[in-house]
Amino acid sequence: MLHIVNKSHEQTSALQSCLRLAQPGSALLLIEDAVYAATAWGAATSGVVQAVHSLKVYALQPDLEARGVSGRLIDGVATVDYAGFVDLVTEHNTCQSWL
Amino acid sequence: MKKFMFVNRKAPYGTIYALESLEVVLIAATFDQDVSLVFVDDGVYELVKGQNSKAIGIKNFSPTYRALEGYDVEKLYVERESLESRGLTEKDLLVAVEVLTSAEMAALMAEQDVVLSF
Repeated sequence: MLHIVNKSHEQTSALQSCLRLAQPGSALLLIEDAVYAATAWGAATSGVVQAVHSLKVYALQPDLEARGVSGRLIDGVATVDYAGFVDLVTEHNTCQSWL
Repeated sequence: MKKFMFVNRKAPYGTIYALESLEVVLIAATFDQDVSLVFVDDGVYELVKGQNSKAIGIKNFSPTYRALEGYDVEKLYVERESLESRGLTEKDLLVAVEVLTSAEMAALMAEQDVVLSF
């Protein structure tokens, strides 16, 4: 299962619900405003610091760059570009977008 | 002249709010109103240095905050609690702002004639 979250964890409960319901070993891709959750600025409140131990966590590089936070990614999070996004979708049988 | 406050609480790019707020700020400034911008919660991310939105195909509007001075929009306020909960400091921001506590921010909000929320 690939979980995709696109909203800031400070604005909606989508990431919180995803982290509660994602099974260990699943992949989590953070895009758009959800990328702050994987940065040093957001990690204190997002739960991603803990999540990297049980999930494979990715953040979309173009969204990090747009927001000026690509240098602030926390350890354990990998970045992907748009082609990598497509690869993740094809590598997993199912995708769940947490709107 | 009325006192207009624009309350920015959303990160840039993920929604249209941050850009729309800027558009309305510029309109209000054209009508010679007393304009204040405040940044709280994820709104503080609108002012982060080093934004480069080329790869997502959306215009990087962050330099506009530095141009506001030219429209006599010089009152930019950031809530200290919002900065601190994210570990940001004024050095991470691309424009000079006045940092206010929540209580100071509340007092400033209470002085306004019009408050527009984004």
